Amino acid sequence: MATVEDRQFRVEPFPGGTPGNQRLVEEGRLPDYDVVGTRPIRHDGTDKVTGRARYGADIKLSGLLQGYVLRSPHAHARIVSIDTSKAAEVPGVHAVCTNADMPSADHRAGDLGEGIVDWYHLNQNVLANDKVLYTGHAVAAVAADSVHIAEEAARLIEVEYEVLPPVLDVREARGADAPVLNDDVRTDLQPAGETGDTPTNVAKHFHYEKGDVDAGFAAAELVIEREFTTETVHQGYIEPHTATAFWSPDGKITVWTSTQGSFMIRMQVAELLDVPISKVKVVPMEIGGGFGGKIAVYLQPVAAVLSKLSGRPVKLNMDRSNVFDATGPTPGSYMKVKIGVDAEGKITAGEAELLFEAGAFPGSPINPGCMCVFACYDVPNGRIDGYDICVNKPRTNAYRAPGSTHVALATETIVDEICEAQGICPVEFRLKNAVKEGDERVDGVTYPPVGMWETIKAVELSDHWQSPLEGPNRGRGIASGFWFNFGGNSVVAATVNEDGTVSLIEGSTDIGGSRASVAMQLAEILGIAAEDVTPTVVDTDSIGHTDVTGGSRTCHATGLAAIKAAEDIQAQLCQRAAMLWDVESEQVEYGDGATLTGPEGKTISFQEIAGKLTQTGGPVVGRGSVNADKHGGAFGTHIADVEVDPDTGKVQVLRYTVVQDVGTAIHPSYVEGQMQGGAAQGIGWALNEEYHYGDDGRLHNASFLDYRIPTCYDLPDIETIIVEVPNPGHPFGVRGVGEVPIVPPPAAMANAIFRATGVRMRSLPMSPPKVLHELLSSDG
Amino acid sequence: MAKQRIVSTSINGNPVEFLAAPRQTLLEVLRDNLDLIGTKEGCSNGNCGACTVIFNGRPVDSCLVLAVEAEGGELETIEGVAPTDGLHVIQDAFLGQAALQCGICTPGFIMSTKALLEENASPSEDEIRFHLAGNLCRCTGYDKIVRAVQQAAEGVTN
Amino acid sequence: MRDFEYEAPMSLDDAVALLSGNPAAAKPLAGGTDLIDHIRTRRLEPDLVVDVKKIPDLNVLEFGDDGLRLGAAVPCYRIYGDPQVAAAYSALADSCRIIGGTQIQSRASVGGNLCNSGPAADSTPSLIALGARVVIAGPGGRREVAAEDFCTGPGQNVLESGELVVEIVFPARPAVGGSHYRRFIPRNEMDIAVVGVGAAVELDESGQSFVSARIALAAVAPTPLYVEAAGAALSGQPVSDEAIAAAADAAREAATPIDDMRGTVEFRKHISGVLTDRVIREAVARARGEETGYRIGQ
Repeated sequence: MATVEDRQFRVEPFPGGTPGNQRLVEEGRLPDYDVVGTRPIRHDGTDKVTGRARYGADIKLSGLLQGYVLRSPHAHARIVSIDTSKAAEVPGVHAVCTNADMPSADHRAGDLGEGIVDWYHLNQNVLANDKVLYTGHAVAAVAADSVHIAEEAARLIEVEYEVLPPVLDVREARGADAPVLNDDVRTDLQPAGETGDTPTNVAKHFHYEKGDVDAGFAAAELVIEREFTTETVHQGYIEPHTATAFWSPDGKITVWTSTQGSFMIRMQVAELLDVPISKVKVVPMEIGGGFGGKIAVYLQPVAAVLSKLSGRPVKLNMDRSNVFDATGPTPGSYMKVKIGVDAEGKITAGEAELLFEAGAFPGSPINPGCMCVFACYDVPNGRIDGYDICVNKPRTNAYRAPGSTHVALATETIVDEICEAQGICPVEFRLKNAVKEGDERVDGVTYPPVGMWETIKAVELSDHWQSPLEGPNRGRGIASGFWFNFGGNSVVAATVNEDGTVSLIEGSTDIGGSRASVAMQLAEILGIAAEDVTPTVVDTDSIGHTDVTGGSRTCHATGLAAIKAAEDIQAQLCQRAAMLWDVESEQVEYGDGATLTGPEGKTISFQEIAGKLTQTGGPVVGRGSVNADKHGGAFGTHIADVEVDPDTGKVQVLRYTVVQDVGTAIHPSYVEGQMQGGAAQGIGWALNEEYHYGDDGRLHNASFLDYRIPTCYDLPDIETIIVEVPNPGHPFGVRGVGEVPIVPPPAAMANAIFRATGVRMRSLPMSPPKVLHELLSSDG
Repeated sequence: MAKQRIVSTSINGNPVEFLAAPRQTLLEVLRDNLDLIGTKEGCSNGNCGACTVIFNGRPVDSCLVLAVEAEGGELETIEGVAPTDGLHVIQDAFLGQAALQCGICTPGFIMSTKALLEENASPSEDEIRFHLAGNLCRCTGYDKIVRAVQQAAEGVTN
Repeated sequence: MRDFEYEAPMSLDDAVALLSGNPAAAKPLAGGTDLIDHIRTRRLEPDLVVDVKKIPDLNVLEFGDDGLRLGAAVPCYRIYGDPQVAAAYSALADSCRIIGGTQIQSRASVGGNLCNSGPAADSTPSLIALGARVVIAGPGGRREVAAEDFCTGPGQNVLESGELVVEIVFPARPAVGGSHYRRFIPRNEMDIAVVGVGAAVELDESGQSFVSARIALAAVAPTPLYVEAAGAALSGQPVSDEAIAAAADAAREAATPIDDMRGTVEFRKHISGVLTDRVIREAVARARGEETGYRIGQ
């Protein structure tokens, strides 16, 4: 077999897209599918452009009460007492609850799919027990005839606080003098499995080592070590959290909510309210964005408790400031990273110390951060230490490739600095050091076939890279990034209708077009049109356990389940055809063009046999149930052109290209959309997004006015180059696409800013005051 | 408590009377009293545009309008955009260009786009991006939304 | 949201009566884009909201040889949508184009922006630069104040209890004059000014010398800041880099900003000078009828 370097590639428009939507094609190797790779109208599209789609807050029930959650004004305080009596007396109030109305919880770990949670801590996060640990921490809740009455009543709840000093910075929180948030937390050293014996804010310490690190650095011609900081940022989905619950007199709890994982909500509600999961039904409404932030429960158990106390269904909605104050942003961080290279620009060693904010309770994505920091490169010797550190901010959560964006800023800007110092082209450096099949990561994982090298190749061949960038104060940067992607549990059931269509039901909530991409995979196998499949997302009583829509897993794992369901249908239809023809089912084959063929030239189409199911034994239901474990990791490399205003420090993005190995693009439009949307979030993180806290621990910018996500007037067209290195663990080669695109932007932008100005930014966001400060300092 | 008022309006071409307390926003009344749930709440303070409706011919954030202010006014919501026999050219364009992912911002974008194209049938890309800056989308990176508006503008002019 | 009563008087007298009958607890509502949010978040707690949009006097938009009359409740879109107003009072139109997004501009008024009296108000520097006067009505009759004298502190102004702003009047545009407002924000749209600068310049017939100039800044002091010295640095001087630099220096000197999440003192003072320089150049170009390719946000 020819080595990858000998293969011939070109970049060309991806059919059906705009000129900015391209793909990398290897000469002589083009995928050949009927449905996969086409761009049908998504099945849920009409409902979503006409306002008919029902999101979390859109549920209406008879007798519905509205609730309001009272939240802490303090970042760190002991709750001395709570008196709810005045609130309870307000006319129109039906229930008031506090943590005392929930069952007490134990220290046990639960896996939510994108992070581990301790039930004891989750219980306290949902409604504070003896302490509040961040401003906005829920303290009590009221259910009333209207939200206005509930709010007025909640203001009558008297909470006496003993205010404690807050700690907001990870380096301070690690210190011996820092106030300790949770007296039950001990440092858990992994993977060694040792536990500390004193109360601390350092909840976890991950340590990974590979090779001989000291020898690796000794062998280097150039060693660069730098420190980096990033601020707390929020996923910024447009739909605020919402939950409606009804606790029926028969003991059954129904929860209507918008979530990335209805089965994870079921598990959390059941655990926190101490009922069996069979007593909880979660009805997933349409979800207005999640990005990792809509997996953990906030309102759902509280709405259920209020419902139990009032005997009525209760709806709780957050407003935007609640979302910023009290849901799960992703951590701010401090990072120190060191990389050594030999004279030929080959990496000899890497070392990283990573401190991530856990927020109020343990659980930051520090471990994936550790595993991603050197994931793009063949690092023969490496040492990584990562710490999960509690601070007085909301409990952090996953945000699109959790942890990887932070560490890419560090690694990718150091790589750029090495290229600058050694006079190597950043593309050449990455081609030389890119991980390939068989390379071992510092945390010990060996790569299956991956497409890091191909993304760099696509950059090299792209119009963007080959078009010179001219003009003063302008610069071009590139950066790469990695995410594992995930498999996990998914279930699909598919019923053949007598008119030759298929109804597909699934448990994966659809955040960005997954109904379409799952239906298309079933359609491809059956040889029917995507439009002839009707996908529906159903509640937790109606389908088997399906993990979160997250981890870039849905198109891969729920797609696999759909493929299995389609294959099951094929097998059953072969039996039905055999019955019709009076032959053995082994003699019937389900072939191309949705046609079944038997002996002596017998044929029958899918549509025809669909009409004969009642005569041959009844309806056909295909089932697919998987716990997928062959997800393919994915890489992306971005090109950013910026112009920096030398007098203000403001950065404008002139041109931006996202290159990503997606394995195989099922619906290219939604693949491009994920790449573009992830890049836009990454650009926002790079330039302007950050939580601004006062010294007292109050969040000052809990609104979309001052938490500045990009508007469409801030961004250029975002070009895409889809790279398709098939994942051998999926019949069509799907890797997953959602998360990687947020990883490279901050580093790509930092590298572009350096090329434009000569200034290295090592602190996010690279907002105008910070850039200008660096520009003015460097002039001096 | 302040007394509720009877408010007489036209919504999507139909005369509508509703009861509203002064403190209720137009957004709240549309969604909770009138079951017009296509208008979405994203921020409640005029920074995201998810609640955009057309009020007396102008796009407004319905979270920053008191329902009682609608007295005598004409309102158009996402529910009134599609003709009875299909979709509006803007809705077709959003579908065809895959200009939505989660879809929560989509009604607001469609209302803002409608207002833009009624005022300027062939906007430049820069004009589109400027006009739509009051509508936030966190999923798409806006690229495909801009394509959809361009496609819709061609459909409107042709 | 907190409970309140609502009235929508049809005449100025009725509005004054309602406001002065309940002076501590009544608030006028024009576009509502600040007021409704402030009530929701309890920054304001009125018992009575007086909708002033049905009063004809507050909806005047009259352009003439002797100047401009701008009713206090006229929404932004009508201002930049009027070609004569936008051409003659371009700083005002610049402000109105960037207050919030399109949806906000359908409702928000310059009068409301002024009465909200935020230090970062985007339209107030333009009013000051254009020499506008504010017409106030109240139980004691009518009075006028210069725009630069209206605000007295963050969220505070000269309005006495029961008073409201009726209209803002602008002098006639000079023969060779140009004006501009620009703000610095981290994004290109949808932000509060970190620094804003409004300037109006009058040039001589040749377009080569400043006859007079007025410059005002936003977000660098407790109130919108009229910097007389910056205008004085230009008056009577030839249009030159030196004169403009002197004006920019004067603006930077006058700025007394605070450190907050939107910008540091160091940054705001620096930007005050940078923006003043740029705004004067744009105003000069407009006076001369030159195109500069200015794009909002840059």
